[in-house]
Amino acid sequence: MMFKIAFRSIFRNYRRSLTTMLTIAVGTAAMLVFAAYALYDVYVLQTTAVERGGHLTVYSKGFFDFGSGDPAIWGIAAYENVARLIRDDPVLKPMTAVVTPVQFLGGVAENPENGGSRTFFATGFVPADQTAMQEWNEYDIGARLENTGLHNNDPTRGVIGLGFARNLGLCESLHLADCPKPPVDMPVHEKPAEIASLPRQDFSGLSERGAAFQPAAPRIELLAATAGGAPNIVTMQIDRVERQGAKEMDDGYVVMNLQLAQQLVYGRGEHKVTGIILQLHRSEDIPAARARLNTLFAAHRLKLEVRDYQEINTYYGQSLSFFQSMFSFIAIIIGVVVLFTVSNTMGMSVMERTEEIGTTRALGVRRGKIRAQFLLEGAMVGLMGATLGVGLAFLAAAAINSSGLTWTPPGDAHPIPLKLYMAGAAGTIIGVWIVLTLVSTAAAFFPANRAARLPIVDALRHV
Amino acid sequence: MSDRGSSAVRLHDVEKTYRAGSVAVKAIRGITLSIAAKHFTMLVAPSGAGKTTLLNLIGCIDRPTAGTVEIAGTAVARLGDNALSDFRARTIGFIFQSFSLIPVLTAYENVEYPLLLAGAPAGTRRRTAMAMLDAVGLTERRNQRPNQLSGGQKQRVAIARALVKRPALVLADEPTANLDSKTGADIVALMRRMQAESDTTFLFATHDPHLISQADTIVTLRDGQLAEPAGEAA
Repeated sequence: MMFKIAFRSIFRNYRRSLTTMLTIAVGTAAMLVFAAYALYDVYVLQTTAVERGGHLTVYSKGFFDFGSGDPAIWGIAAYENVARLIRDDPVLKPMTAVVTPVQFLGGVAENPENGGSRTFFATGFVPADQTAMQEWNEYDIGARLENTGLHNNDPTRGVIGLGFARNLGLCESLHLADCPKPPVDMPVHEKPAEIASLPRQDFSGLSERGAAFQPAAPRIELLAATAGGAPNIVTMQIDRVERQGAKEMDDGYVVMNLQLAQQLVYGRGEHKVTGIILQLHRSEDIPAARARLNTLFAAHRLKLEVRDYQEINTYYGQSLSFFQSMFSFIAIIIGVVVLFTVSNTMGMSVMERTEEIGTTRALGVRRGKIRAQFLLEGAMVGLMGATLGVGLAFLAAAAINSSGLTWTPPGDAHPIPLKLYMAGAAGTIIGVWIVLTLVSTAAAFFPANRAARLPIVDALRHV
Repeated sequence: MSDRGSSAVRLHDVEKTYRAGSVAVKAIRGITLSIAAKHFTMLVAPSGAGKTTLLNLIGCIDRPTAGTVEIAGTAVARLGDNALSDFRARTIGFIFQSFSLIPVLTAYENVEYPLLLAGAPAGTRRRTAMAMLDAVGLTERRNQRPNQLSGGQKQRVAIARALVKRPALVLADEPTANLDSKTGADIVALMRRMQAESDTTFLFATHDPHLISQADTIVTLRDGQLAEPAGEAA
């Protein structure tokens, strides 16, 4: 009977109840739409990070905290054995999609045509493994990164950032749009004699693809210190130019074949790598894979450490915190609006039904039951509003997802589709639905308490 | 009618004082009264003489400032709020001047409601409520809500609601005041018949001469006091 009275009473003043429910519904939908949007963005960030650098990276112990300034001296020796150990481990094997070495390096690049130079930050990788890593698609987002176009059997070529090309005065020779020429009086460093006399290591003749496949490409010279401290120079053909989202990255961006990077960093010495990347099939396996790697390294007395993509890409955690704080802010505002709206509606309902409250109390209904009656009505208003809101959110998601709208995230060079990832937000949907129903119930507390405490004779006299 | 003559209500030196700021208004002044069980008793008084206040005290929806109230053998002053609610749910039926039906419930549900409060099982509730609606001639209207009923029909539902749990005492405050004279007369006749059938004590607060003419006993109040001892009506 209590449910019957509550349900029918809600629709006694249907306009007011509907307005209240719509307020809750819009609030619910707003929170869910934002949550689904944030979730999609977080998954885009994760997909980008995992496509580029996998889930876990193995480094020499101490590199992550102390070695970024000089990756050459922190190289992992006999890295192929370590990679094989990881690939062949029966625990890791089913979890792992790609295991691949990577070399980080930095140095100075020069355009031999005009003498222009600038510093660069480069990554050397195995192109086929990088291509395989770009197939990772746990959240059905699709490939986030453009394929570099590099090949395992052509170690001569590399890809540079647009800003880097502009700085080296390569716009014209690379036929780049949106890439102005440098001013005529651009200052040029005098090259020290000892650098100028260094022999160039040109790998163009080693390319299995051969010159017949490749049109003549502009070349740059890359100068870096080897692990032994001696300067070394290699020549790299520029295969492609890729604009990077952040200017400081774009101005120094170079990626190349691992062999070329190793040649530059290690010269004729033992070729090592900075890290070994593991890309897993599923992100949820990170803790298990990490624990297994640590067990393996301890068992084989390897001085290696493991870092995950969140530690390496600090912007990921920052973005997550940003979205969480935004969501909390929106949730608080909507919670307060719902609280006051429902409280007002229930307060008016108590006022209008004062005589009815007196009658039911006279008939023998206890105070507690009167309180429960109005709390139940608050809960039902919240429940119906929140349910309606979930429906609205799904409709909004369907509309937005099919709209074809795009946007460019901060630090990204390419636009991504504006999408709401409702399918992955099941926990948030249930959470928001429950919380707003509870807020609505709590909002009814004071009116319900007032109703319960009404003196019966005063309530019966109320007109 | 074997216990006709015993008391359904006993008041001893009952007082009720209302306070409005620093002003105290004595609505009931030391009333000592017994109302015979299974009588059709009228509480007659001019407006403002305290009959509704006295009815509220007897109905256990208000507490006296002083004195004792005993209903159906229970001294109600000792009961806490929940116990008093339960006591009302079992013992007292109310018929209000403005009908006071629950607007979101149908006629049948309004009549069933007191049985639910008394904890009657579903089958009993259905049978008893239907029988009571039949007794007041509203079987056909059982699924209609109060706003779909006439004033007389609403008061019939209220009478059925008051009697459905077979209470020891039915209190009615001006039950015919909002009805035209013919409907009022019908309602009085119905209440008289129902009282006889249910063997229940009825206590009315009224001005209605037609209702007063039906009384077994008349209690007259004046300025919050008994104007004359309660006695059998002529």
